[in-house]
Amino acid sequence: MNDKPTMKKTIKAILYLIPALLIIGTFSFYPIIKSFFMSFYTDYDYFKDLVFARGLDNYIFIFQDPEFWKSIQNTMIFVIGVVPLSIIISLVIATFLNQKIKFRGLFRTIYFIPFVTSVVAVSIVWRWIFHSQYGVLNYALGFLGISPIKWLSDPDWAMPSLIILAIWKGLGYNIIIFLSGLQNIDKQYYLAARIDGAGAWERFKNITVPLLSSTTFFISIVSIINSFKVFDEVFALFGGQPGPAGSAETIVYYIYNKFYGEWNFGVASAAAYVLLFIIFIFTLIQLYVGKKKVNY
Amino acid sequence: MQKEALSKGFIYLLLILGSLLMLLPFIWMISTSLKAANEVMIMPPKWIPTDIQWGNYIKAWFSAPFAMYSVNSVIVLVASTIGELITTILAAYAFSRINFYGRDIIFSILLGTMMVPGEVLLIPNFVTLSNLGWIDHYQALIVPWLASVFSIFLLRQFFLSIPKELSFAAKIDGCSDFRFLWSVMVPLAKPALITIAILKAIGSWNAFMWPLIVTSSENMRTLPVGLIAFSTDTGTKYELLMAASSMIILPMIILYIVLQKYIMEGVARAGIKG
Repeated sequence: MNDKPTMKKTIKAILYLIPALLIIGTFSFYPIIKSFFMSFYTDYDYFKDLVFARGLDNYIFIFQDPEFWKSIQNTMIFVIGVVPLSIIISLVIATFLNQKIKFRGLFRTIYFIPFVTSVVAVSIVWRWIFHSQYGVLNYALGFLGISPIKWLSDPDWAMPSLIILAIWKGLGYNIIIFLSGLQNIDKQYYLAARIDGAGAWERFKNITVPLLSSTTFFISIVSIINSFKVFDEVFALFGGQPGPAGSAETIVYYIYNKFYGEWNFGVASAAAYVLLFIIFIFTLIQLYVGKKKVNY
Repeated sequence: MQKEALSKGFIYLLLILGSLLMLLPFIWMISTSLKAANEVMIMPPKWIPTDIQWGNYIKAWFSAPFAMYSVNSVIVLVASTIGELITTILAAYAFSRINFYGRDIIFSILLGTMMVPGEVLLIPNFVTLSNLGWIDHYQALIVPWLASVFSIFLLRQFFLSIPKELSFAAKIDGCSDFRFLWSVMVPLAKPALITIAILKAIGSWNAFMWPLIVTSSENMRTLPVGLIAFSTDTGTKYELLMAASSMIILPMIILYIVLQKYIMEGVARAGIKG
């Protein structure tokens, strides 16, 4: 059977593709372009689609807005707080789960549970755990002689609270990806290392870590990108506020607030494009390094 | 050998400790949800309620329109999952079995849109839906989510692994492409389709930002949005808040435990393929 594209096949394909392309075109592709243009609208009426003036004002505004810089800074703190810790913990747990142990399936199931639960509902549970007076966390810390921390009402502790919640929530996902990476490592390496008398730590350091580098890299990029987009946790943990005194305002919260709180669509679009740009850079790094790493 | 047993013990210890940390928030949630009001705000905290208060669930259920929120969440979940399955099956078939002009370009563009964070799409989509008059209607909650590039990608990969000879044989027997897709390919792709459906269902049930923005009246809210409103109104009645949270969290945990094979597979595959 010859398999060359023909007009007839193209028409047939279009019929199959129409439903998906209509939705993706309208709600993904068009808005990517539209919001780029919107970020330059400085005087406009969106609902009538009238634009009276364009310019760089929105970008100038956000780059001069201390609140925007604060949101970038908070988001960076969040990324730095969540990603490395989460990766180290999940790698260790995944390595343990990859041993010959009993109840492996059960452990895996448990670690993944938070991932399938509603961020909003779980954040409200954590709000109760973080309660400064009656929360179990402060109670537990009391045994270590730590006096009660005002997790959610002290501006210094708002980000750590958010980071703890995010690590807890995302651990299971990383563990699953690490496990599938670990299963691709040839058991022969470990066998050979054992015969040579290498201990558990040496095997981990010299076999697991290097052979898992592409998985680790993938998880890092995905975690960084997802962490840049944190919003639901902030909203639910601090009851709709970006933390006490704006101390947990993230980029997406800033976008949300400019858009839905102040109805300033132009500024919100500009901020959204800055976020897109940051994520785009990480995606490029992933594609570039990812291609290089395929062939070992 | 002794050293080996010791390290095994150490591994178990850490794994069990870790599992406890994963589970404690849920245990604490359920424990609080079953307490009498005067047992909630006490120090030291009590893990097992003296008197189990199932009534908290009924009380929470009726202190806000949770029945309405649940109906909305279920409608959105069912409609968007079925819709996405249909658009995905059709599109994945075209991309995997029909060689048409521009196929690779269109497919790359689709993959490209996957990298764009949803937050960038928020504002234009809000305007589009306002102009359509769909804000605060089911359409706004459902229609934008009726197709997903990720699902198309996943199913296309699966379709590609089904031998082409199968379709040649069917054609000789006089079976049309469309019938072949639904009566041969779809049943064969059942595992992939379940994975897609379950990931979609979880995502839809837990979605927050989009329903928050496109709903304004109380009776259009989905569960997560309703829960936030409830938490603002209830303040510090944690036994009711925890009961309400359980009602949102537990259905997905049950679904996950029943169908976890498919979820793990989907997550792992998405991870490997990037």
